[in-house]
Amino acid sequence: MKLRLPLLLCFLCGIFMIFQFFIPPFTSVYDKLLNWVMIISIPALVLGVSSLIKLHYTRIVRKTPNMPYSIVVFVAMIVMASIGLIGGTGVGTWFGWLFINVQIPMQATMFSLLAFYVASAAYRAFRARTLEATLMLVTAVIVMLARVPIGDFLWQHIMPDSVVQWRANLPEDVAGWILNVPSMAARRGIILGISLGAIATSVKIILGIERSYMGAGE
Amino acid sequence: MSFWEKIGSFDRRYIFLLIALTVIIPLLLPIGMSITITNEVKSVYDYIDALPPGSAILVSMDFDPASLAELYPMTLAVLKHAYTKKVRVVGMTLWITGASLGDMVMKEAAEGIAEVDKDYTYLGFVPSGAVAIMRIGQDISSVFNVDYNGKPISEIPVMKGIKNYKDISLVVDLAAGSTPEAWIIYAGTPHRVPIAIGVTAVSAVGYYPFLNAKQLIGLIGGMKGAAEYEKLIQTSGAASLGMDSQSVAHTAIILLIIIANASYFVVRRKKTAES
Repeated sequence: MKLRLPLLLCFLCGIFMIFQFFIPPFTSVYDKLLNWVMIISIPALVLGVSSLIKLHYTRIVRKTPNMPYSIVVFVAMIVMASIGLIGGTGVGTWFGWLFINVQIPMQATMFSLLAFYVASAAYRAFRARTLEATLMLVTAVIVMLARVPIGDFLWQHIMPDSVVQWRANLPEDVAGWILNVPSMAARRGIILGISLGAIATSVKIILGIERSYMGAGE
Repeated sequence: MSFWEKIGSFDRRYIFLLIALTVIIPLLLPIGMSITITNEVKSVYDYIDALPPGSAILVSMDFDPASLAELYPMTLAVLKHAYTKKVRVVGMTLWITGASLGDMVMKEAAEGIAEVDKDYTYLGFVPSGAVAIMRIGQDISSVFNVDYNGKPISEIPVMKGIKNYKDISLVVDLAAGSTPEAWIIYAGTPHRVPIAIGVTAVSAVGYYPFLNAKQLIGLIGGMKGAAEYEKLIQTSGAASLGMDSQSVAHTAIILLIIIANASYFVVRRKKTAES
C-alpha cells in the first residue's frame, strides 16, 4: 500500500492532466490544481531554509574547520529576516540598504571573478590541437570580436575603404550568421533531444516505471 | 627553459592583472567606439515604440545581483522607453533575490517621467515560476492580490482593465536563468502574447532558435544589447560606458589565446625535432 498509493496517485494525476487539456469542462479543476502546486511550492521554501539551518547547525556543533562561515550564515539570516520583517523590504528601508550595500556588491564581485578565470583558462586550455578544437577556437575569436564594438572598429580602420564600402559591418554579419545558422541548428537539436527525453521520462513516471522520485531509486 | 616555454607557463597573476587593467582603464579613459544596432534588439525597440499610449506591458525581472551588470542597464533602458511612450508597465519577478532589484530599477527608471500606481506598478516576487505564469493566463489577481508594498491591486489605477494576457500587449522577460523558456511555453504559445527577452550574453545563444521560430519578437543579449537599446533611446548609460571595457578585455583575451597557441606550436615543433 505504501508503494502502490503514491504510484496510483501519480498515474491518476498524470493521466488527468493530459486529458484535461482536450476537455474544456475540466478547466476549473485545472485552475484549482495549479493553485495547489503554488501552495505546495511555498512549504518547499520552508524545507530549503530548515535544511540550510540543519547543515550549518551541525557544522557549528561539530566545530568543523568551516564553522566561522556557518556562524556568518546564521548571523546574516537572522539580521536580514528580522530587519525585513520589522521595517519592510522596499527601497529606503534598512533591508534595502543592506541589500544594496552588502548583497549586491558581494554577488556582483563573485560573478565578476569569472572574467579573470575565463581569461586564465582560455590562455591555458584553448589550444588548436585538433580540427574540432581549431574550428571552435576560430569561431570563438570571431564571435568575441564581433559581438563588441571593437570588431567593427578594427574592420573599418584596418581594411581598405573599398572593402569597408562593400561591407561596413562584416564582423557583426559573420557573427550573426554563426549564431543564426550553425549555432542555432546545434541548439535546436539539443532542445529537441531534451524535449523528447522529458516526454519519455514523464511517460515512465506516469506509468510507474521510473520511481526514483519516491526516494533512493527503489 | 626557452622563451616560448616560459610564455606557455605564464603566471596566472599577470593575466589577472592584465584583465583588471583592460577593464579599469577604458572606464577611466573612454574610447567611445560606435555601437552597431542589431536586428534582434531593434525589433524589441520598434515593438514598444509602436505600442499606443495606455497599452500595458508585463516586465518580469528574473535576475539577481550577480548578473546586475548586464541586466540592470537593459531593464532601465526598456522601462525608460516604455514610460516615455506612456505605456503602462506591470513589473514582477520570479526570482526571490530579484525582488528588491525590481523595486529599485522601476523607481530609478521612473524618475521624472512616470508615477507609481498611475503609470507603473511593481507586484514583487511570486514563487513556482511556471505555475505562476500559467495562472496569470487565467487571472493575474489569483497570483498577485497585492503589490510589492501590500496595496491591493484592485486599488491600483494602472491595473485597471488588466486581467490576463489578453489585456497585455507584450511580455518582456529580463532573465539570468531559464525563465524565458517558461514564458514562451506557458504564456507566449498558448495565449498568443508576444514575448521579448533580455538575457546575459552567455545565455543569448540559446534563445536564437526561439527568435528564428518567431516565438520571440526580439532579444537583447548581454551588455552589448543593453548598449544598443541605450543608443536607440538616445541615452548613454552604464552599458554604453562598459562597451569600451568589454571590447578591450575581449581583445586582450584573444591576444592571450594567440600567444598561448604560438607558444604551444613552437614548443611542440621543437619537441618533435628533438625526438
